[in-house]
Amino acid sequence: MTTSAMTEKARQSWMSLLSKASPERLQALLNRVADRPSHSWLRPPEIGGVMVRGRMGGTGAPFNLGEMTVTRCAVRIDSGEVGHAYVQGRDRDHAERAALVDALMQTARADDLRDAVLTPLANEVSARTQARAAKAAATKVEFFTMVRGED
Amino acid sequence: MYVAVKGGERAIDNAHDWLAEERRGDPEVAELSLAQIREQMALAIHRVMAEGSLYDPDLAALAIKQSRGDLIEAIFLIRAYRTTLPRIGYSDPVETGSMICDRRISATFKDAPGGQVLGPTFDYTHRLLDFKLMADGEAPVADSAEPQTENIPRITDFLNRDGLIQTETPSDATPPDMTREPMEYPANRALRLQALTRGDEGFVLGMAYSTQRGYGRNHPFVGELRIGKVQVEMEIPELGFAIKIGEVTLTECETVNQFTGSKTEPPQFTRGYGLVFGQSERKAISMALVDRALRWKELGEDNMGAPAQDEEFVLSHSDNIQATGFLEHIKLPHYVDFQSELELIRKLRAEAMAATQKEAAE
Repeated sequence: MTTSAMTEKARQSWMSLLSKASPERLQALLNRVADRPSHSWLRPPEIGGVMVRGRMGGTGAPFNLGEMTVTRCAVRIDSGEVGHAYVQGRDRDHAERAALVDALMQTARADDLRDAVLTPLANEVSARTQARAAKAAATKVEFFTMVRGED
Repeated sequence: MYVAVKGGERAIDNAHDWLAEERRGDPEVAELSLAQIREQMALAIHRVMAEGSLYDPDLAALAIKQSRGDLIEAIFLIRAYRTTLPRIGYSDPVETGSMICDRRISATFKDAPGGQVLGPTFDYTHRLLDFKLMADGEAPVADSAEPQTENIPRITDFLNRDGLIQTETPSDATPPDMTREPMEYPANRALRLQALTRGDEGFVLGMAYSTQRGYGRNHPFVGELRIGKVQVEMEIPELGFAIKIGEVTLTECETVNQFTGSKTEPPQFTRGYGLVFGQSERKAISMALVDRALRWKELGEDNMGAPAQDEEFVLSHSDNIQATGFLEHIKLPHYVDFQSELELIRKLRAEAMAATQKEAAE
């Protein structure tokens, strides 16, 4: 894999994590980061709808299922990096924070940001998903057969 | 002669003030928060999101609160709101095969790989009122077990291996969008599925039930039903790659239907498909049955003249906002319309009476 492909994959992964993060948690984690740079808007937060698609039979041709709310924005931080955000829901401040993290992840401070914000967020998401999957697993049916009759 | 009538403004303002007071109910009773509605009326939230055709649990909670629990009114509020949203884009089709399932059952294979996972279901409850819920209880805690880590395979894939079920042909064709262009008949399957998934649960259920009772019978089995979270991915043009922009809870139902073959198709199983926002298996199963009934033409089946086979009938009456708008408008002032009806009836009566009197006289 080329370096640019690797950075693109890494960026996809943190942007995806940020889009689904709880606004309260991202705010709390980002507040712990010192020296947050000031930034200007390339695109101020905009609330809109994305039409979610499904596939017939789960695998066939696509159809339109319904919309979901999404907020997007783009910022440029003082050092010049541009951060984008597409986050689920209608929270403008949340989109701004996500874009700020995206921009900072492209600077020399990426490792600090990963430790302070992204890793804890990812761990929390994974713990929540695991806890739910564990409850589902407890409702899995174990069939048994009753043997009837002589011998 | 046309007489304009004005007035009623004070009455309307006062009616709305009283509505607000009634909405709040007894002020001695604690007010509901949106978080309470979202967390504890989750299935109402899901219905409002599915039929409002907008996935946003907080907005659905607000709509339910504002509408005093009238879900169709809440759906109306959501539909009105969504028309104000700029369309940012279209997602890639969601991968329900990699759904993280809360529930996954099959009525066709007992030992299906991935197992029968019941999830938080009302099935097997006794439907007896639980008076313990009237008391402030402790928060219940569910049991846990070792979670499954692999994707749960699709039941229809097993049948497809032997060629026993009709194949869904994957494509990337752009589907029509009824929120952008007016409905046209005949509608293709993509358009029918879009209309059904936002259709009224009661109406779609009634149509599905009619097929089970013999009006366009199509012998369905629930091949698979799954409920859980899927990731929503979208291409971001300014970045040149796709990212996940969120996750949604969906209910998916695939029916397996008996099919003895037709002039164009060999005997095989056929499919009906239901996919709905939120946890709503009644709606997803209903959607799958109606989808299958509406496919009679492409499968070369006979049109039995059943209501559920008539796509124009089904699709043009499935939307509860359209239906309620047209139905309820007749309670609004029609004074002038009615005046002309009144005059017409008086005239007809006068003519009929005159004719009777003339006959009697002769």
